[in-house]
Amino acid sequence: MEKIGLLIEIKDGEVKPANLGVLTAARGADHDLHVFLLDGDVKRHRAVLENFGAHKIVDIRCEEGALTDNPACRAAAVVEAMEHFDIHTLAGLASARGKDLLARIAAGLGAPLVLDCIRFDLAAHTAEKSQYSGKTIARIQLRGSHAIYGLRPKAVEAQPAPGRAEVVSLTATCPASGLEFIQIRQQTGDAIDLTEADVIISGGRGMKDAQNFKILFECAATMGAAVGASRVAVEAGWVPYSMQVGQTGATVSPKVYLACGISGSVQHFAGMKTARTIIAVNQDPDAAITRTCDYFAVADLFDIIPRLTRRLRQVQKLER
Amino acid sequence: MNIYVCIKHVPDSAARIKIVEPNRIDESVTFIINPYDENAVEEAVQLKKQIDGSEVIAVALGPCAAENTLRSALAMGADRAILISTDSRPDSLVTAQALKAAIEGDGGASIIFTGKESIDSEGFQTMYRLAVALSIPVASSVVAFSLEQGFARVECEMEAGATAVMKMALPCVIGAGKALNQPGYPTLPAIMNARKKKIEHLDLADLDIKKFSGSMEVVELKPAVEVRQAKEIKGPPDTVAEEIIRILREEARVL
Repeated sequence: MEKIGLLIEIKDGEVKPANLGVLTAARGADHDLHVFLLDGDVKRHRAVLENFGAHKIVDIRCEEGALTDNPACRAAAVVEAMEHFDIHTLAGLASARGKDLLARIAAGLGAPLVLDCIRFDLAAHTAEKSQYSGKTIARIQLRGSHAIYGLRPKAVEAQPAPGRAEVVSLTATCPASGLEFIQIRQQTGDAIDLTEADVIISGGRGMKDAQNFKILFECAATMGAAVGASRVAVEAGWVPYSMQVGQTGATVSPKVYLACGISGSVQHFAGMKTARTIIAVNQDPDAAITRTCDYFAVADLFDIIPRLTRRLRQVQKLER
Repeated sequence: MNIYVCIKHVPDSAARIKIVEPNRIDESVTFIINPYDENAVEEAVQLKKQIDGSEVIAVALGPCAAENTLRSALAMGADRAILISTDSRPDSLVTAQALKAAIEGDGGASIIFTGKESIDSEGFQTMYRLAVALSIPVASSVVAFSLEQGFARVECEMEAGATAVMKMALPCVIGAGKALNQPGYPTLPAIMNARKKKIEHLDLADLDIKKFSGSMEVVELKPAVEVRQAKEIKGPPDTVAEEIIRILREEARVL
């Protein structure tokens, strides 16, 4: 049996759904999946983890109690758990927190790491990921005693594989790291995470000003979508940087990406080209995005989106 | 303060990338300073202005042509530069060790800035490895930075518009995010002046660096193929809205 460690992220008291895709991707005939829960509520999360194929749930705590938020402590605890259980392969989610934690762990172990991969082969020690602004897909060979992978959120769809998991505990020590966590500051803005959303509605130059983004937020609210933006909209100061999708912003893989008034530069595509369906609404029939999307309408977004919102509200009401 | 900035020489994001060997791109395209590293240089130069007697040293590992990229950093306000030259393509484990050797050999850092990721290999990890190599703390995706009584206070970007506020003892490594600052365009006199600034040359092969058993290698590069067939949704606005709902419901199944 090959032991595989899995780093699980908890958000708002629940296992982040995208983690279940990582569990799915990590399964294998002779894989023994050790799920690492850092300061997690084992009772609460056990059922979902068992349903997605966990064999062992490793309940990791720290005597100093600082495990929850200090990334240096968390990384040290995972390294300790890997050593304790003799685990040489680790997979996690390449979310903002996941990328930080996995990189700290890999650096601590001197182990190779591929972040934001779109697939991995844990037996062959290879991973595929985008390079050069999404223009190429690189296959990377990891060599050495350890291998660490961070899977792009939503790159692999979660499939259940019900079973039973044994719970084991570990109390880790948190060595002093020179890093002190103070607090999480929630900025104003969209509370739905771009990288986690099934649907993203994004606005670009065609939005014309900050006020108009309200139209997108209203539409997004009807279906739990996140609102994104192109670099143009961010640099114009209409929306915060945290909403930027693209080369120098977030990389997203939603089921649907609805681009409103976005021309579709190479740099923007670098951030959303792995969306399953791309729909564009743009007044310019020659905009690049009309050639690189799945559906496009040559139309004014101010005509289309409010109508879409109204219809979506009606549809939701009828179904309730 | 000895303020070091680690920068990378990368193909322009607008460049057409041609794969010439199974795992190599045609490097005759335009190369630039990695965009996030511009934020790192900018922050380093701002910090220098605050603290008398500080110096900003830009360090890069790459081919001889990376000298041009170092000149960009010098034009942005770095005082001098170190180029660790190599024609090999070292992974992030080797890169971090090389940067460590160059920085320690030059006198050691009070603080180190770099970009949160490089836009070519998109690895997101060299700054963490550099910090471990130097046994100092690190934070990346930093969107706010200040120096307070012997420690660095940073805000790191998290999901959904949240930031994590942290304090780090000095020296430390800072991975700069886009929202950290707005790098200014160098003025013509600054560009002219940068030509006179000193670039020290080291050879990667001459550095005494720690060897790891672990490594990463790109074994194959393929163009990312676009398989989308764009279809036009025609008709008046109501029809378009209706069709989008049909796609959301029947094809994407998100409703």
